[in-house]
Amino acid sequence: MTSATLDHYVLISALLFAIGLFGVLLRRNTLVVFMCLELMLVASTLALVAFSRFNGTMDGNVFVFFILTVAAAEVAVGLAIIVALFRKRQTIQLNELNSLKN
Amino acid sequence: MANFLFYAFAFFTVATAAGVVASKNAVNAAMCLLLSLVGVAGLFVALNAYLLAFLLLLVYAGAIVALFLFIVMLLDMKETESRGFGKLSLAAIILAAGLLVTGLSTLVARGHLDTGNPALTPALGTDIKLYSYQLFTTYLLPVQVMGFLLLIAMLGVIVLSKRWEGSDDVT
Repeated sequence: MTSATLDHYVLISALLFAIGLFGVLLRRNTLVVFMCLELMLVASTLALVAFSRFNGTMDGNVFVFFILTVAAAEVAVGLAIIVALFRKRQTIQLNELNSLKN
Repeated sequence: MANFLFYAFAFFTVATAAGVVASKNAVNAAMCLLLSLVGVAGLFVALNAYLLAFLLLLVYAGAIVALFLFIVMLLDMKETESRGFGKLSLAAIILAAGLLVTGLSTLVARGHLDTGNPALTPALGTDIKLYSYQLFTTYLLPVQVMGFLLLIAMLGVIVLSKRWEGSDDVT
């Protein structure tokens, strides 16, 4: 068993990102789609921290700080939009939200 | 030992992330997301970024997943989710999977990411002093912008969730 290298971490990060993307494309529930988006964001932070660790720099770690802040703001606004949407339309299924079509 | 922990946390993270996609119930999906975040925090610890692991648990697991659960309980939707791919999603998945496989195979084949022995590179993420130094010198302007962004997000959420006079709510 070899020691865990940067390749391993990037592989895990890519896998997480792919799973998140798959969920975004597959699911129809807006809330679950949003959770999968968060998963993709976390996958990118994992890659940043790994690059930072193996290159001996600080920039990736500090960038993760900002990503966490933006993610918190994004989730608050996104969930407020979903609640407002539910209040208007009584549904949050993506295939029923098609009033902008045609 | 550290190796075993890496593989355990990596497997745990990926398995629970698959659970987020697969679970029918939104509450189960949120719980799986929570577990997946714990796994990522474990990987952060393996990368010697202790502060970031703590912050990830605090912000994501503590605040964001709790918010998700709150909204899921609040909306209380019926389980009538229809699944299946549209033509466009199918094309996107094939394209994304192809790109991912190409990228990863190139990565493995060329070994461009080989940075040598990790024991020789200094683990800067362990030192909290370095974080604060960077945040208050190089990244001072972004920190202020972040504060402003949080203020705007807060105002936006209040405006979005307020019931305005004359709005035509279905309820």
